Amino acid sequence: MSWFLTRRLVSLLVTLLFATVVIFAVLEIIPGDPARLMLGINATEEAVAALREQMGLNAPLVTRYLSWLSGLVTGDLGTSLTYSSKVSELIGERIWISLPLALLALFLSTIIAIPVGLFAAARRGKASDTGIMAATQFGIAVPNFWFALLLVYIFAVVLRWVPSGGFPGWENGFWPALLSLAMPAVSLALPQAAILSRVARSALIEVLGEDFIRTARAKGLTKNQTLWNHALRNAMIPVVTIMGLQFAFLLAGTIIIENVFYLPGLGRLVFQAITQHDLPVVQGTVLLLVATVVVINFLVDVLYAWIDPRLRSSTR
Amino acid sequence: MNMPATNPAVEPPISEKSGWDRAIASRSFLFGAAITFLVAAMALISFFWTPFDVTNLVIANRLKSPSVQFLFGTDHFGRDIFSMIMIGARNSIAVALVAVGIGMAIGVPLGAWAAAKRGWVDEILMRTNDVVFAFPSVLSAVMITAIFGPGAINAIIAIGIFNIPVFARLTRGSALSLWSRDYILAARVSGKGATRITVEHILPNILNLLIVQGTIQFSLGILAEAGLSYLGLGAQPPMPSWGRMLSEAQTMIALAPHMAIFPGVAIILTVLGLNLMGDGLRDAFDPKLRGEN
Repeated sequence: MSWFLTRRLVSLLVTLLFATVVIFAVLEIIPGDPARLMLGINATEEAVAALREQMGLNAPLVTRYLSWLSGLVTGDLGTSLTYSSKVSELIGERIWISLPLALLALFLSTIIAIPVGLFAAARRGKASDTGIMAATQFGIAVPNFWFALLLVYIFAVVLRWVPSGGFPGWENGFWPALLSLAMPAVSLALPQAAILSRVARSALIEVLGEDFIRTARAKGLTKNQTLWNHALRNAMIPVVTIMGLQFAFLLAGTIIIENVFYLPGLGRLVFQAITQHDLPVVQGTVLLLVATVVVINFLVDVLYAWIDPRLRSSTR
Repeated sequence: MNMPATNPAVEPPISEKSGWDRAIASRSFLFGAAITFLVAAMALISFFWTPFDVTNLVIANRLKSPSVQFLFGTDHFGRDIFSMIMIGARNSIAVALVAVGIGMAIGVPLGAWAAAKRGWVDEILMRTNDVVFAFPSVLSAVMITAIFGPGAINAIIAIGIFNIPVFARLTRGSALSLWSRDYILAARVSGKGATRITVEHILPNILNLLIVQGTIQFSLGILAEAGLSYLGLGAQPPMPSWGRMLSEAQTMIALAPHMAIFPGVAIILTVLGLNLMGDGLRDAFDPKLRGEN
């Protein structure tokens, strides 16, 4: 296990390092001078040149990359060009919307998908199974932002139960804040729940064909006992993998959903920063999202190896 | 990432004909193909004819509800939504199809090369793949279109880039399992080089798998394009696009909900059609999975 862990850890660090190079290089291509952007179009050439010097923009590319990288290690992501506050502070504020949103969506998707998958697997081939599978096909095809619009129309425009967007802030009470995340979370969760229930169903069906299930049934356990106590646990490997991938997807999905609901989270921050050419914010946020994906993949791999020792010897 | 090493469609070898015959007999394939055909036909017809001219703004007709005259109603500029959906289909299909083409044209040779060479070539390609995979696709697509400017072409590139590692990984995995087969060994002994073996023996054997994946990526491309256009990063006005129609509908949702409903239904039907086709094909080509999904 320790050899496996070392190998995976090295691979994790290499991927992260590689990602920093890609992010830095890609964003260097963005046209426009950050110093000019900060000072506005009326600034004199001298003022722009002085600021460029002060920001270290005249240094060679490699030097700038290394100084950005050393900043990352100490947690210094630089200063935003448009908000004139620290990028780490901006991310620190915004993450308290996006992270709860993604977690809530993941939670919703899981509590819908597992029972649905179980139900369908237990009734494999019957009309209810076919119906559920058709519904999940439909769920996968629904764009989350369209579903979001539909929810806004029903719950905000027609029924007037919730506001159509915005975020009151956690400091103004837990429930109003959570309520404003409810519709965004549901719209993110539905397509994911459809995918996850299909995965859960397939995994369960595969496990149900194994010998140990027959043994469990033969020793007198009921169908439901076998399903809950033996099949579900063993079907969790593919389910957990997809959940890991989904979390990353949900976090990135906030870019669109936060725009639908005008939520001031990470997704909206990075979207606005990209359109305003606010490089330090884009670099910091993108790196955070990518690092989250890489770390989650790593954790899923380690979890796998822990559950199933056979996987430790495989290289990928 | 450690995915269970399953490439079930690679073995046992199934003759191409029997797979296609089974696909044509599959209800989900037929249903999916029928929907896809309808959407494609709508896109093609829009080149010659649409019920109304969408470049003609008739303010007197603005925000009309669906009726016999305007099947899906009109938008805030008085444009016929049905006509806009017809033309929008062109844009969606073109973007997604070319993006899949890019993914295949670059990903398949890379994956085949990695499988044939192994060693450091394989290692470098797969690590690069991991890095591309680590960038959530929406995020990178937004980044790319924001850097190079919004528009259909840049949307194609942005979506295409994310198809490359998908096809590279699939090709590599399936090709690797074929390289250890006896008939490949026989081909090597008879003096064939790696490129010739790949072209003559490996690629024909994984073609079915690539077609199935292509269908899935096509449907994901439609969704991705809609998302980018919704954010204003896809095809630019006056070219109608389903995603932008939805973003325009959002501001009118209280007055004209029909503006939001129909473009969404168009996206859902297209994606559903492609997914059903993909499922039907996969089941047909892979007997092990039949009846499970």
